[in-house]
Amino acid sequence: MIKAILVFNNHGKPRLSKFYQYFDENLQQQIIKETFQLVSKRDDNVCNFLEGGSLIGGSDYKLIYRHYATLYFVFCVDSSESELGILDLIQVFVETLDKCFENVCELDLIFHADAVHHILSELVMGGMVLQTNMNDIITRIEDQNKLIKQESGISAAPARAVSVVKSMNIPQQIKDIKLPDLPQAIKDLKF
Amino acid sequence: MALKKVKGNFERMFDKNLTDLVRGIRNNKDNEAKYISQCIEEIKQELRQDNINVKCNAVAKLTYIQMLGYDISWAGFNIIEVMSSSRFTCKRIGYLAASQCFHPDSELLMLTTNMIRKDLNSQNQYDAGVALSGLSCFISPDLSRDLANDIMTLMSSTKPYLRMKAVLMMYKVFLRYPEALRPAFPKLKEKLEDPDPGVQSAAVNVICELARKNPKNYLPLAPVFFKLMTTSTNNWMLIKIIKLFASLTTIEPALGRKLTQPLIEIISSTSAMSLLYECINTVIAVLISISSGMPNHSASIQLCVQKLRILIVDSDQNLKYLGLLAMSKILKTHPKSVQTHKDLILACLDDKDESIRLRALDLLYGMVSKKNLMEIVKRLLGHMERAEGSAYRDELLYKVIEICAQSSYLYVTNFEWYMTVLVELIQLEAGSKHGRLIAEQLLDVAIRVPVVRQFAVNEMTNLLDTFAISTQSNSMYEVLYAAAWIVGEFSGELADAEKTLNVMLRPRQLPGHIQGVYVQNVIKLFARLATTCLELQDMPGIVRLCDHVLEKLQHFNGSNDIEVQERANSACMLIEMLRKQLTEPAGDMSTGSIPTMAIEIVQEMALLFAGELIPVAPKAQRKVPLPDGLDLDEWINAPPPDDASSSSSEHDKDELFVSATHDGNDAIGGDGGGNVSHSDSKRHKNLELTPEQLERQRMARLIEQSNNPHYLKSTPNSASAAIGNSSNNSNADQYDNIDDIPITELPLDIEGVAALRVGITKRSDKYLKEQQEAASAAHSKDAKKKHKKTKKSKKSKNKVAYNSSSESDAEPKPLHIVNTTLDMPEGVTLSDSEDKDGKYDPNDPHRALDIELDMTVFDAPAKTSKTASAGTKEAVKAQTASATSKSLDPETSVMPSKKEKKSTDKTRSEHKTRKARQQSQPDSVPDLIDTRSSPCRTAADNGNGNNNNNNNTAPTDAVNSQHQKKKKREKSERSEKRAHKSSKLSNDEAVANRTNSTNIIDVGEPSAALPEGNLSLAVDMKAHKKKHKKDKSHQKEMRAHKSPASDYEQPMGISTPSKEIF
Repeated sequence: MIKAILVFNNHGKPRLSKFYQYFDENLQQQIIKETFQLVSKRDDNVCNFLEGGSLIGGSDYKLIYRHYATLYFVFCVDSSESELGILDLIQVFVETLDKCFENVCELDLIFHADAVHHILSELVMGGMVLQTNMNDIITRIEDQNKLIKQESGISAAPARAVSVVKSMNIPQQIKDIKLPDLPQAIKDLKF
Repeated sequence: MALKKVKGNFERMFDKNLTDLVRGIRNNKDNEAKYISQCIEEIKQELRQDNINVKCNAVAKLTYIQMLGYDISWAGFNIIEVMSSSRFTCKRIGYLAASQCFHPDSELLMLTTNMIRKDLNSQNQYDAGVALSGLSCFISPDLSRDLANDIMTLMSSTKPYLRMKAVLMMYKVFLRYPEALRPAFPKLKEKLEDPDPGVQSAAVNVICELARKNPKNYLPLAPVFFKLMTTSTNNWMLIKIIKLFASLTTIEPALGRKLTQPLIEIISSTSAMSLLYECINTVIAVLISISSGMPNHSASIQLCVQKLRILIVDSDQNLKYLGLLAMSKILKTHPKSVQTHKDLILACLDDKDESIRLRALDLLYGMVSKKNLMEIVKRLLGHMERAEGSAYRDELLYKVIEICAQSSYLYVTNFEWYMTVLVELIQLEAGSKHGRLIAEQLLDVAIRVPVVRQFAVNEMTNLLDTFAISTQSNSMYEVLYAAAWIVGEFSGELADAEKTLNVMLRPRQLPGHIQGVYVQNVIKLFARLATTCLELQDMPGIVRLCDHVLEKLQHFNGSNDIEVQERANSACMLIEMLRKQLTEPAGDMSTGSIPTMAIEIVQEMALLFAGELIPVAPKAQRKVPLPDGLDLDEWINAPPPDDASSSSSEHDKDELFVSATHDGNDAIGGDGGGNVSHSDSKRHKNLELTPEQLERQRMARLIEQSNNPHYLKSTPNSASAAIGNSSNNSNADQYDNIDDIPITELPLDIEGVAALRVGITKRSDKYLKEQQEAASAAHSKDAKKKHKKTKKSKKSKNKVAYNSSSESDAEPKPLHIVNTTLDMPEGVTLSDSEDKDGKYDPNDPHRALDIELDMTVFDAPAKTSKTASAGTKEAVKAQTASATSKSLDPETSVMPSKKEKKSTDKTRSEHKTRKARQQSQPDSVPDLIDTRSSPCRTAADNGNGNNNNNNNTAPTDAVNSQHQKKKKREKSERSEKRAHKSSKLSNDEAVANRTNSTNIIDVGEPSAALPEGNLSLAVDMKAHKKKHKKDKSHQKEMRAHKSPASDYEQPMGISTPSKEIF
């Protein structure tokens, strides 16, 4: 079982947190903080397994993480999961994100935390691995996106237009927002 | 309408959406909290509006805010509103929010039942999918109960996507609502052979999770898994299956034999490291479970170790880590094969990765030998000097002590060296939290190894002198406790006692309990020095000494710690008394002779501390049975008169001491070495007992001891061997009698063990007792104990051999006379077994899941008591019934379990109705739970029956295991059993061939397809229920016992199909 999936950046800012066991918000933040402290002090050339922290798990639990550029992807798992298997799963997750966001970067995760959640829910469900085949996962996600597009149709167009305009108004946005979203939004306008 | 909608959307346009929120937070880094609270206010406004899109937007923002650590449960109702929207977009946002903030105890959840049910049954598979994903995070027992049926229906959906999710969801349902497992299990089993690999994998996943906690219930599935393992190419699933097999083999070693070959094939062929690693792990588990029962197991262990070596030398740190982890598992059972790779493991100690170093440290424990211990410790000390990070240094320190102290210092050949190492550790690691551990080691070594004492006291004097308490945060000052005690207790060994005394009297800031020890040991030293003065007739010396100590003790007198104060005061009084005697007859002063009273006082003081202390296991006292007629509440002496309160504390203390030492010494000096008897008579003056009385008492005690089976009698020859190097005869006597102290005596309730003890030499007795203590603590079964015992005694024999061989070494022999206390190595095993117990956490939902499967499919036989032949007869009936009717109804096998109802007819009719129901089940699944009232009289009946059975099994189980235990002890039966067994084996073959055909074809159909195998397996399961750690002979015995019904049993149910697969 996977107990928690955490994504945070090099400074410990949470970008995604998914707990498959209930913790209240305070505890969640403490866990993130503790995990960050454990993980961040490790060099890049050391192994990717850690004995779990004090707050989450115990001796049966392990932290398995990968570090990509500015982000840490940490899975807290118990002994029923294969360590190398989870490492592969993290890779699948990140590659899926990469496909869905086209060259994923931290900003994508910041502004689309919900989308990341939806992608994750196609990989892992309730702490158990659901699907590991990337193509299947992407098909599922695309299907759902299509569904959303269909639903929003014309009624959502004005709102989206405004949000695009709002986005363009802020000069910093040019730096911040990921551009691929723009053409897509314009495409949506054609409805 | 449309206009209104558009209008609503236009209003919404200018609301803040999620992107705006994120951007806003990023732009307000300095006052993030303020900004967010402002946003939350806005969100509250938005949630009050009617427009669902606005609410949806608000909830999406809340989800983000939740991630930042804000509680959003107040919006629970709005989240449910959004979830109930008919639009997928909103639904998805709602379920995401719910999965992030709802939890099984949320009260709001009861509002959601119907909505979720609607979503689960939605035409759109993604509606159901999203609902399942969300539900999996917050499902409550109530929801599980209410929705179990809907989810089960989804398990047979036409869409693989939903099947897959529903299968995984069922696991969550089982956890919250264990009753669902029984009806759902057949379906779950079907899914193992689902055409869609994803569904298959999900089913494997769920069963693995279930089986991890209750492996015995899933043994009958082994053939299915075996087939999957040999045919599947999905590595993910393979890993899960292989992990599952690892847990199954722990309870069914026969399975392990079948597994080894295919696993080894995978090991040699696969390129996936993850798969390779898991295979190795399982092979290790198999080898552990069958230990020596396999002819070529050394070859497979060799292969594993070889492959692990490849992992360890790999440049990938992850593989290296896992390789070491797996090695440590092998180390427990096959230390030799690991030891050949010592070079590699030692090399890993220098790895730059801390995790890897720690794993290598774990392995070191098994790597040391007498030859290389010093070298390894030296390396570790070197590491400590270089290592940064106190946690790692602490770990190193701990390991150094652990490897040195293991098996009662088996590998330490030179204790002076070890003392030095300990002192070095103290100096090296000032900030460690292991001060107490080092202190314990110092005490332990000094007490247990007389030869090293002289060295120790001098080391300790230096330590007392030089130890600087710099950082108060650590616990290293604890070593002063040990040091002070050692120099005091063994003051006879001190080269310069006066210097030591001065060091001890130096005023220092120390915690109270250490100061207390200081004071106590100052008196010891004083007594020793005073005795020396007496011998030299050095009157001025003794006076000077008294004055000096009195003066210095004033410092302790003023201590804040009440204990220190009291001790110091008592000490002062004592010394003052002596001082008075010295000065009173002024005339003597000039002559230089010491007054007789003073001599007596000094002698008395010396006697206070005379006598050898021996190590005692921490729990030993509890094991000593209270002798008849001993009333601890009774006054030993008449209570002191009323003025006792005003009498000096010194007096009280004196008495206390005397009586305490009195008991101890008498036990020790049973037949009176000169030294001890002298002390006896001396001391008893204080107690106003005449020597005659004393002698009488002592004789009575001796007689009682000799009659008391709880006392260990020493055999002269082992005693003298044990004290080989102690030339002092009285000393030898003392040692001899040390064994009379019933320290490690254990009241064992098992006669078998007591019987076995007869005729074993005293030394192995020691290990035996040690082991028994651990074993009794672990409450393990007697059979297991026996097994262990033989191992232990073997070990002790080794030790004896080693002992004689290394006679010429400087190895201190007395190590082997002293009783082994519950030391580190012992502690390790102790805590291990406790851990095992601890696993059965009462709150673990898996406990509830444990019983369930007994009732599903293959369990009827599990209910048949293995001893009751009636049960087996009924089983026969049931089997024939099922065979004739060719029904695939799993319930047939429930029949025998109903025997408690004493009505097979009833069972049969019940069985028929159920069969009918069963056949219509695929269409009417909802009936099972929803319409419990109408067709399910039988179901309810069934349920009751089950409950009854469940209730009944527990006691029967207990009875059975008791029964088995008794049987076990009867040797006469054993031969009989062996006969049974051999006849059974041939039966197995026959039955095996018969079952095969059905098994392979109908793996999905439980009861009809696997009748015999299931029966026997289930019976086996029963045995496992009581004891997970069973030994093989016990198991065989059980089988043998049932052999009359052997036509219907076949101990290795799994072995049959697997054979076929081969």
